[in-house]
Amino acid sequence: MKIKQTDIAVVGAGSAGLSAAYQAAAAGARVLVLDENRLPGGQLFKQIHKFFGSRAHQAGTRGYMIGRQLLERVERSGAEVWLDTLVYGMEKNCHLGVIHNGEHWVVQAKKVIVATGAKENYLAFPGSTLPGVMGAGAAQTMINVNRVLPGQRILMLGSGNVGLIVSYQLMQAGADVVALVDAAPNIGGYGVHAGKIRRAGVPFYISHTIKRVTGRDQVEQVEIVQVDGKFQPIPGTEKTFDVDTVCLAVGLNPMTELIWMAGCEFCFIPAFGGHVPLHDGNMETSVPGLYVAGDVTGVEEASSAMEEGNLAGVAAAESLGLLSPAEAGAKKAEIRGRLDILRSGLFGEKRRTAKQSQLESMADYRQKKGGAE
Amino acid sequence: MRVVEHPILEELDTTRQVTIYCDGKAIPALEGEPIAAALMNAGIRSFRTTPKRKEKRGIFCAIGRCTDCMMIVDGVPNTRTCVTPVRDGMHVKTQEGLGSFEGKEEKA
Repeated sequence: MKIKQTDIAVVGAGSAGLSAAYQAAAAGARVLVLDENRLPGGQLFKQIHKFFGSRAHQAGTRGYMIGRQLLERVERSGAEVWLDTLVYGMEKNCHLGVIHNGEHWVVQAKKVIVATGAKENYLAFPGSTLPGVMGAGAAQTMINVNRVLPGQRILMLGSGNVGLIVSYQLMQAGADVVALVDAAPNIGGYGVHAGKIRRAGVPFYISHTIKRVTGRDQVEQVEIVQVDGKFQPIPGTEKTFDVDTVCLAVGLNPMTELIWMAGCEFCFIPAFGGHVPLHDGNMETSVPGLYVAGDVTGVEEASSAMEEGNLAGVAAAESLGLLSPAEAGAKKAEIRGRLDILRSGLFGEKRRTAKQSQLESMADYRQKKGGAE
Repeated sequence: MRVVEHPILEELDTTRQVTIYCDGKAIPALEGEPIAAALMNAGIRSFRTTPKRKEKRGIFCAIGRCTDCMMIVDGVPNTRTCVTPVRDGMHVKTQEGLGSFEGKEEKA
């Protein structure tokens, strides 16, 4: 068992983790970033579409280019990055159990920032376990990173931004998307993404869901059915497609295993994908010294994840005395301003309300705890 | 099928080839890619069977979380093929149920 000491350990080298590492290292902290994958960047390098938002959020730049820029900044900042490194345990005192190069390590950090992201939701229906039924994100990883088509004829379930964007990227990679299906009566994602797919001739079946997938040993056919206002199937409305692949874009849920283990307090927010850790305006959880950032705090999108990472990195550096309250305060005000912009408008409003209730739950928790002591 | 030419991404470099063996059959692979990518490119979609109902399973998450793609890799069962890179001469075997260590003594 080897021991490694550092000021700030960051778990996860994706959008949020790399942003946090950069901010903390730029403030002068010794930073160690740990990630299970062989390549850094999390999901950023799979995003080959142009990002939205304002110029401050690099609207118009493709996700993987933003990933490259972020990685370069982290490398220049002096943060140390351990890849192919599994963090299997965490204690309240900010000590981490780690396997790195086949050896056990205890990483003793003064502060920990957990930015473990999210994983895809599953949906059960007859045939849902057949080879060829996969997450939309899995298909995206296959085509954009591994450069292998998961299938030739694909049906996408879910018309949120993930379903829309991955459908388009599957077509860019050379597959046929035969239909896009959503149980809701409206298309869930941005009109601009939906428009590109519609113009390519892909039919949308809203108020429809998958009835079953059939095939011997792998996906051969999918049957969809229309649903009524209460999401109940309407008999006689079934349609069948010959496909080899069915992609599920039915949301994500935060990867919270490590922070449960550390003893964080949680609340349940459906809009954020399930159980999410309580945290304050500095991204600090109910466990002192343990910060969170990105999708693990509630599923949003990459730009918000980067800003939450920035916030956690600055706050953690401030708590170590590396930034004065005035310096940190100015940086945090700027970041919070940009987060407010990301959580505004038609699509952002729900996330703004959800984040507000999460912050309030944290305030309530601290008040109760303070009262009990 | 490989995505070689792409409207946005650079052309895929396919020069560095290695060979792996899946249930004894030679499969071409690209150096450093995950086992699952090489198998999928070769048209192999079923990676293991479940312990009780013997149902086939393939790739679901592709990021090492769901464990649906586990196979016996160089004698080691329960290896996540979506996050394990290929190595020239590697032997990959369909995992039946829980799998077992093959040709290797289990370390105490």
